[in-house]
Amino acid sequence: MASLGELERSVMDQLWSTADAATANELRDRLAQSEVQSKDLAVTTVLTVLSRLEKKGLVERERGTRPHRYRAISTREDHTARLMHEALGTAPDREAVLARFIGSVTEAEAATLRRLLTRG
Amino acid sequence: MLAASYLLALLAILLAWPVPVALSRAQWTSRSPFAAMVLWQSIALAGGLSMIGAMLVYGLQPLGDNLLQAIGRAASLVLENKASDELQFWHLFALCAAALLGTHLVFTLGLTYARITSQRRRHRELLEVLSLPSGAIERTLVINHPAPVAYCLPGGSRSVTVLSDGLVEALSSGELAAVVEHERAHLTQRHHLLLWAFEAWRQALPWLPTSRLSREAVSSLVEMLADDVARRTAPDEVLVRAIALVAVGSAGSAPDPAEASLGSSRTPGTAGPSDDGEASVAARLSRLLTPQPQLTAAQTTAVLAVSGLMLAVPTALLLAPGLVT
Repeated sequence: MASLGELERSVMDQLWSTADAATANELRDRLAQSEVQSKDLAVTTVLTVLSRLEKKGLVERERGTRPHRYRAISTREDHTARLMHEALGTAPDREAVLARFIGSVTEAEAATLRRLLTRG
Repeated sequence: MLAASYLLALLAILLAWPVPVALSRAQWTSRSPFAAMVLWQSIALAGGLSMIGAMLVYGLQPLGDNLLQAIGRAASLVLENKASDELQFWHLFALCAAALLGTHLVFTLGLTYARITSQRRRHRELLEVLSLPSGAIERTLVINHPAPVAYCLPGGSRSVTVLSDGLVEALSSGELAAVVEHERAHLTQRHHLLLWAFEAWRQALPWLPTSRLSREAVSSLVEMLADDVARRTAPDEVLVRAIALVAVGSAGSAPDPAEASLGSSRTPGTAGPSDDGEASVAARLSRLLTPQPQLTAAQTTAVLAVSGLMLAVPTALLLAPGLVT
């Protein structure tokens, strides 16, 4: 049985792969086809995952239709850009949030390092 | 008790300005980052203690010969709602200032913690759907992005190291291992707690330039400490190459201002190592390329003794003011 985190990732992958909104039933069928792990996935599990994703602001539910249809709020690329922005960002407390291997590098420093690398 | 409050005030001034300035310029810190780290913590703690202590002792001094006795009498005055002609305006002023500053420091610490953890949680939520566990390395996630990036996200048992595709491709397996080792060291040595405390200190006292100085020194020292852990398993030149490759690769890939609208505020033109308090890459590299001998055991002991003394003096002045009168 896959963990909730893995399921969230699979559901998002499905929603990102098509622009259309999908119902929990459709998502379960698509997951069953694509994934090895989720053969006997219950619709309620998919709904749980979807409501978690909704709380996190990753999917939205279309109002007024039944059964509810869900869609991804923005593209995978947008989310990746935001993630990288947080990781590379220069907010003063960013360092306390996550510790990066290399901080910001000025162009002058980078030039010196390039010379060092080609020489070595 | 009056003399004790003056001594505490003098100590507070020394620890707020000349001492941190001198330490931030000292060259020996890169030779023993651990001892330097202990010294910075002791300066910050002793500084806060003497700052608040000076005002407290001054304000309570008419009420008793030592702090405990004075606090007891002050409490009974307040509880019995009695007027006191012993306490003049300046005494009350100092007591209020001590209470305000103390509360302010504690609140800022809590607020900073809440903000940091909520940012981490949000980041982790995004990571959960955007990254894949690395097949080769334990407790490591890989995100799909060409820029070479490595970082760790602390969170108790859920702490993870995050690498980008770009990084995995750019580095050899030895270099990659050194990077992962460096990030793990941040987690196991709990560097995020130090960065949190000094970040809170900076936010609580933004008008005190040395609060920023100390935070910058601390973030530089934790990088050196993590480098030293990585050096135990990887040869220096491998670590040097990893640092240089990642630095060169990330030089052009810092988020541009257009992207900044997505996230929190970032004003253009404020980027750069000197402004956001990052450890200068150059300092880390020069330390690895031309290794200096570590401080001798005696020197390290001396630094640690000074750190201990720095904490002991204000504590003694607070609890036993009779010593100086």
